[in-house]
Formats: sequence, C-alpha cells, structure tokens
Amino acid sequence: MERDAILAEVQEIFRDNFDDDSLVIGPATCADDIEDWDSLEQINLLTAIERRFGIKFKLEDVRGLQNVGDLLDLVQRLTA
Amino acid sequence: MNILDHPIDAARILQKKRALKRELSAREGLVEKRVAILSGSTIGEVQNILEVFLLAQGVRPVFYQGGYGLFYENLVFDDGSLAAFAPDFVYIHTSSRNIRSWPCPADSAQRADELLEAEYSRFEAAAKAALKLGCPVIVNNFDLPVYRVMGNREGSDVRGRVRFARRLNEKLAALADATPNLYLNDLAYLQAQLGMERFSDQTAWYAYKYCCAIECIPYLCQSVANIIKSLLGRNKKALALDLDNTLWGGIVGDDGPEGLTLGSESPAGMAYSEFQTYLKELSQTGVLLNVCSKNEEANALAGLARGDSVLQREDFVSFKANWDPKHENLASMAKELNLLPESFVFVDDNPAEREIVRTQLPGVAVPELTCPEEYIAAIDRSGYFEVTTLSADDRKRVEMYKQNAQRAAAEQSFTDYNDYLRSLDMTGEFGAFDNEHAERICQLINKTNQFNLTTRRYTPAEVESLIGDEGHITLYGRLVDKFGDNGIVTALIGRCEGDTLDMELWIMSCRTFKRRLEHAMFDELVRLAREKGVKRIVGHYYPTAKNLLVRDFYATIGFEQTAEDEAGNRTFEFTGFEGYQPQCGVMEIKRV
Repeated sequence: MERDAILAEVQEIFRDNFDDDSLVIGPATCADDIEDWDSLEQINLLTAIERRFGIKFKLEDVRGLQNVGDLLDLVQRLTA
Repeated sequence: MNILDHPIDAARILQKKRALKRELSAREGLVEKRVAILSGSTIGEVQNILEVFLLAQGVRPVFYQGGYGLFYENLVFDDGSLAAFAPDFVYIHTSSRNIRSWPCPADSAQRADELLEAEYSRFEAAAKAALKLGCPVIVNNFDLPVYRVMGNREGSDVRGRVRFARRLNEKLAALADATPNLYLNDLAYLQAQLGMERFSDQTAWYAYKYCCAIECIPYLCQSVANIIKSLLGRNKKALALDLDNTLWGGIVGDDGPEGLTLGSESPAGMAYSEFQTYLKELSQTGVLLNVCSKNEEANALAGLARGDSVLQREDFVSFKANWDPKHENLASMAKELNLLPESFVFVDDNPAEREIVRTQLPGVAVPELTCPEEYIAAIDRSGYFEVTTLSADDRKRVEMYKQNAQRAAAEQSFTDYNDYLRSLDMTGEFGAFDNEHAERICQLINKTNQFNLTTRRYTPAEVESLIGDEGHITLYGRLVDKFGDNGIVTALIGRCEGDTLDMELWIMSCRTFKRRLEHAMFDELVRLAREKGVKRIVGHYYPTAKNLLVRDFYATIGFEQTAEDEAGNRTFEFTGFEGYQPQCGVMEIKRV
C-alpha cells in the first residue's frame, strides 16, 4: 500500500479517536504533539489501525514506536 | 441506529468515545454518581467506556481509580481515600488473572482444596471490605483459563484450572446470593458469549495488562452499567408487543389462528414459541406484558387461544388490539398502568411502526427486530430488565396490575369516586421501618420516580440505620383491598430537629395512585409527629423529569409554600396540628 494512502487512513483514525475533525498528522507527529495521546490511547490507536487494515500486530511490532512515521512503516510492512 | 444499542458496535464505541462522551454529557437531567473502580488489571479504558454507558443511562459518573492490581490492598487496607471518596457504587474489576495460586497436576486433591479456600478467602475479604463502605458492590467472577494442560480432564479433576475457576465461581455466586448489596458481574458468561478466542486476548494481557481484548471492553462496561442503572431504578418496566409476525408468524386476520406459524411443526414456529416462552419467564421477574397490535380484538384473542400458544390472554395486562396509531395506543396504555412511556420497550417486526413510535415517543426503547430467531437476543442482550433484586412482590406484580384493571372496571359503576373507594374495602397497614420490610422499602425507594418528592435514593445500609432511630420518623404503608394485597407501596422518612420535622423522603408506588393512601399516610404522620412534640413539618419538592405530578402535593394536604428557587425547588410548611381532621376517611387503618 502507498505510504500516502496509509497516512490518509491513519489520519482518519486519529481524527475519530481524538474527536478532532481538523487534526492533521505527519510522519514526525508524536505523542508530545497531541495532548490526549497517552499510553492508553496508543492502545486504542493500534487496535483501530489493526481493524482498518485487517492486520494483527505482534508483541514485537509495537515496541519502540516513536512517531506516526514508525506506525506507517509498520503498516506498510504488514500490508506488503 | 445508536451504536450503544444491541448489537453494540464495540469498535466504533472505542473509537468514538470522546465524541460520545461530549454528546451524552450535554443532555439535561443527568444525575451524578460516585463510582470507585478497584483494579485487578488495567482499568483505563474500562473507566472511559463505562462512563459512556452510564451517561447513556442518564448517570454522570465521578470516578475513583484504585491502584493498578491493588484491589485487595485498596479495599482491605484503605488509606482513608476510598472512604473519603464516599462511593455510591464500588466495582471490583478482577478476573482469573488475579488468581495467584492455581493447582497443578502434581498437587494432591487436598492441596487443591486448600488453594481454593485460600483464593476464595482473598476475594471474599475484598468484597466484604468493600461492603463496609455501605454502598452496592459489584464484583466480577472468573473467566475460564485459556489453556488446559490436561485437556478435558481440567473440567473434572479438582487439580484442573478449569474446575478450579468453576468452583471459585460457585463459591462467589453463593456469597453474592446470600449477601445484600453484593452483585455479581458475570465475566464468565461474557467470555462464553463473546467466545474465549476473542475475549481472552493474550496480547491485551501481555502488552497492556487488560484482562480481556480491548474490543470486548464495551460489552463488559455495558454489563456493569446495566447493573448500576438497575440499582438506580432505571430499568424498563413493561413491554408493548405486536402480535402478527412478532409473537407468531403470519397475519391472524388473514390466515386464521390455525394458519399461523407457531409451535414445534416448523423451524420458524419454534422460534416464535421460544420467544413467547422467553417473554413469559420475563413476566415472572415483574415485567408487564402488554399487547399493542393492529388487529380486530376477536382475531387477536383467537390467536392467543391456540392450544400451543405459550402466552395466553391472562399473561397480558393491557390489551390494545385495534386500528389506532401504535404510539397513541402505547401512550394510553402507559396512562392506564400509571407508567411513563419511557418505561416501555416496544417490540414490533414492522420497521415503519418502530419508526413512528421512535419519533413520537422518544423515551421508549425500540429494539431492531430482524428475524424471529434473533428476537430473544434483541431484548435479552440489551439489558432493559436487568434484575438486581427479585422479591415475592416482583413475581406477583402482573397479578397486581390485573387486579388494578378489575378495580378500574368496578370504578365505572360508581358516580361518586369516594363511594367507589369505600366499596374497595381498603385496609391501610402502617408501621415504622423494620428489618422484616427493609429490603422491600429500599427497593421501593430506589425505583419510585413519579410520586417521589425528593428523589433521594437510599442504600440498604442507610435504610437499616433508620430502623429504631429516635432522630427520625419512618413510616411505610401497605394497602389491601377486596381485589388483593398491593404489598408495601409507600414510605416516608422525616428527620427531627427540635420541634421541626424535615421530610427527607416521601414516595408512593404508581400502583396505588388515587386511593387516598397518601392522605392516610399523612394522618399517621401527623399523629406520630404530635407524639414526638413536633410543631412544624417542613416538606420539600425537588423537580426531576418524572415527578411533576407531586409538585403541588404538599399544598393539597394543608401545607403552605414558603419558598421556591430558580431551579423549581419548593419548600412547604405545615403547622396545622391544632384541630387536625384526618383526611383519608375511605379505609380502615391498622397499625403494626
């Protein structure tokens, strides 16, 4: 899947989860940039992403994700 | 379609929780309740989603969050913070992940028994410590373990984990059954309902320490919220049921009773029959069944008269088989039964009828019906009628409402209403709160909404503390007449302050409206107050969405209104002890 297409889908998920229709994210966006993005929300984001792309993250996959870019890489790898 | 209704859309709820919270919080008339969640595993998202489900029930929760995994420590060794929080509800969110010492195949049977006792004692101690807080306590039971080293033998061998969890559940069930104020949240059922493969998600546990899959959390929270709203008296009370293609297959007016699909002859017939059986059992919990059908009455009755129809005419209280619009029938049915339309669940296979009831009577619950094999789930999974207490009274409720219908028929033959009341041969039985009646009084306090002056709710512990308390006047009333015993239907609580009696509570079941029972209660109150040297009774009316009926009640029995604030809260005062004339006069008074 194209990285841009993945980003667009992931942005939709972020908008839903954070209840903010104007939210714009990029590869460098990280938890520090979004107030409600804490460890709890991280889990929800990952769960929503799994569902949207029909993938299942392994324990190893979700360790050390730093920002949206890392997420995009992961989704791209698993949907390849 | 509301995503919180059956079938709930768990994924959307998780994603949309902020928007849901925002929308639901904006609604009017929410009541605040303090909920302490004690942790056996991560509770973060459990709290968030529970908040959404409670808001949907009109409850705005304020939470206390126990330390991670510290349910036992927080409860048994409370540092004071939990007691200071003064919860209205405690929810102990434990699971089989909190079982510390499982038996193993190397153990002796005796060792397995010892482990069972040790584990049970820990959870029992936590529950009992929670109960000391004086509010309802909800505790999870145990989900089945995800692996079985002995395979099927795990279910029969006392050293098996499966048998161990089941034995623990049995002990916990017995405890909940025998302990007032302790309620079981059936995690094991939820796991079975959703499926272990889906529910017991190892990743959710290893990575986030959630006891179940994230996507199962909404079901868990719906279940807990159902218990809480039931305890708050927010259950639905009645069903308005369509007949054709709802209780049986086919149109009785066209096909005739013999042409209907019902009974064991066909798969669809079996589905309709089992649905009827489900409804009949539901009525034993006190849920009122009513017919709301577009039909000629004779045809409707002929359908129910079929020998293989589980439900018969006498299972229903109100019976509306006519050609009037359904929302009008439902509204008049509600009036007849002294219930609010929002206490009803409307069950109809026809989407157009559902839509008109939804738009005309927004408070009525209208489940989506698809095909007969799904009807039971559509009602059962919604938790409209979650039972938290089941008294002898609940089992008799249908009978009582039917007696009311007979009373209404008798009323027709009198031109003078008081003559009619006298003809009922009523006896009012009055007494102070006592242990024997405390449970029923508490149940009544917590589910009465219309004739309720203050809508103050009491826990069983609070009710018990009033028994024999010299600082209060308490009074309950039972009403018996020639058609039957209505049971305890009214209660009041007044707090003595010098020579003033402050009315903290006055309630009466809608079942006994317009019987002058409230007047008999007041006659009794005046007598008791006088004995205590009371010179002044202060009454309060606090408006809610449901108690408009009694806005002026105090004024009608001799009180003077002394104040009203912007929110509509009213204060009344009674000083007419001198030369007080009893106001009831239509029943015999018995004091116990």
